[in-house]
Amino acid sequence: MFLNEEDLQAIWLTIKLASVVTVILFLIGTPIAWWLSRTRSRLKGAIGAVVALPLVLPPSVLGFYMLVAMGPNGPVGQLTQALGIGLLPFTFWGLVVASVIYSLPFMVQPVQNAFEAVGERPLEVAATLRASPLDAFFNVALPLALPGFITAGVLTFAHTVGEFGVVLMIGGNLPGATRMVSVQIYDHVEAMEYANAHNLAGVMLVFSFLVLLALYAWRPDAKRD
Amino acid sequence: MDSIDFRFRLDWPGFSLDVDLALPGRGVSGLFGHSGSGKTTLLRCIAGLERAAHGYLSVKGDVWQDDGHWRPVHRRPIGYVFQEASLFPHLDVIGNLRFGMKRVKTLSAGKAALETHLERAIELLGIEHLLKRKPGHLSGGERQRVGIARALALDPQLLLMDEPLAALDLKRKLEILPYLERLHDELAVPILYVSHAPDEVARLADHLVLLENGRVVASGPLTETLARADLPAAFADDAGVVIETVLAAHEEDGLSRLEFPGGQMYVGRRADPLGRRLRCRIHASDVSLTLNLPPDSSILNRLPVTVSDIVESDRLGHVIVRLEISGGGGALLARITERSRRLLDIKPGRQVWAQIKAVAVLA
Repeated sequence: MFLNEEDLQAIWLTIKLASVVTVILFLIGTPIAWWLSRTRSRLKGAIGAVVALPLVLPPSVLGFYMLVAMGPNGPVGQLTQALGIGLLPFTFWGLVVASVIYSLPFMVQPVQNAFEAVGERPLEVAATLRASPLDAFFNVALPLALPGFITAGVLTFAHTVGEFGVVLMIGGNLPGATRMVSVQIYDHVEAMEYANAHNLAGVMLVFSFLVLLALYAWRPDAKRD
Repeated sequence: MDSIDFRFRLDWPGFSLDVDLALPGRGVSGLFGHSGSGKTTLLRCIAGLERAAHGYLSVKGDVWQDDGHWRPVHRRPIGYVFQEASLFPHLDVIGNLRFGMKRVKTLSAGKAALETHLERAIELLGIEHLLKRKPGHLSGGERQRVGIARALALDPQLLLMDEPLAALDLKRKLEILPYLERLHDELAVPILYVSHAPDEVARLADHLVLLENGRVVASGPLTETLARADLPAAFADDAGVVIETVLAAHEEDGLSRLEFPGGQMYVGRRADPLGRRLRCRIHASDVSLTLNLPPDSSILNRLPVTVSDIVESDRLGHVIVRLEISGGGGALLARITERSRRLLDIKPGRQVWAQIKAVAVLA
């Protein structure tokens, strides 16, 4: 076995985190992307910029602010304490919240682009064919934007797998709870366990390549028709 | 209660629409105007795709829009044909055709009737062989035929067509026009047909609405409206009248004789059966006037007419003369030079001969 117990645990945890985050972001990101693609509101620019912030900010900056906000004196921390959930930092769910924010643009932007590409016309056609706005959204806009959703899902998943700075700030390094693959590799290197680091890094490299290969190989197919 | 009544006021930057009309609840009403005249916007207001702040719309007594009342698009019993067929690319042809049908709220008897309607629409547009195809594998003309069938399959109370032929080349247009004529002849549903092509309107419409800059310039029965001497500027070089005729005889020398109240005309041999109704278009520029019937003219189609109106033409040095065909056969327009008018002393009430150089049969 070229991966040890802790490596496997980190891989499992990473996949779990990325899956949960991707599912949550499908639910949160879709309405945001829809709103951004349709609105004529003056707030569009501001909201779009906020969504894109994680693309620009160093993860440590983002992680720092979230750590403060989720901490015992932060607004989020006070809320979670009042709700009886306790504090989020250094827990798996704290990492989920942080990753959702960190990966938000990777979900919103492809989906928003896809919705914009669908345009107004198919929805007008649907309306003249007796479809209510909700009906048209689920049965016309969503299927037509499907390639965008697949891109967004893959990017979000992969981006969450690869994050490091935010994980370190919010999650720390608790085996089985918050120790992700990226941190595990860091630990191996710190401990001069280069062979272990190689193995895990190799797994990540192959994984990332396969994900992107699947994405690019699939795209042209989706464009037909 | 059998009419379509509406009143819309809409103010956009650089464009305003202000119309107040009653259209017949049967047959084809052509909404004609140049681009920017507001004809598509008007159609969208009727469909509910645009919401005029001040508006009223009732279709055969059923109010769809009024102050404080608004029926959303998906609850209006319309069929809408867009300029580009706008088929759903993720569904095959039959999936597109059934998209709206599945959503019509009706009892099971109504569903059965809709099935009949679907079959009829498929047959009418000749698309049986396309049902399993994806829109990406259809030609432009086929796509538009599916788009029309998709609207018809809903058994709409009002069919709205927004330049359904404009995105097609001439060959495709000629492919679809016969289907549109069948709609006109075989279906009872009133059709509002938007177009900027005078020939399409002349061929299909029974009622004509002329729009300019968001205002109604004229509205009335097609033949009467086209024969108004004060409107040809709107049609420019396409000014001319439409005459409804009946194919009366095929003659030995390669001509067919068309009859209409007040006269007859000869056209090149038609393939249609005798008794067939044929709509003919006569351009104002193809009509010349003589005071006496010349005994040695090559022009076959000559009609005795009475001058009823003379209006300045939009073309310098020309006038438009309106001519009543004796025997109640309708009217002709002739574009002649102001000099000819003066030399021949053409004036209202004067009896003259109209020589028609060309007759276009619109079918």
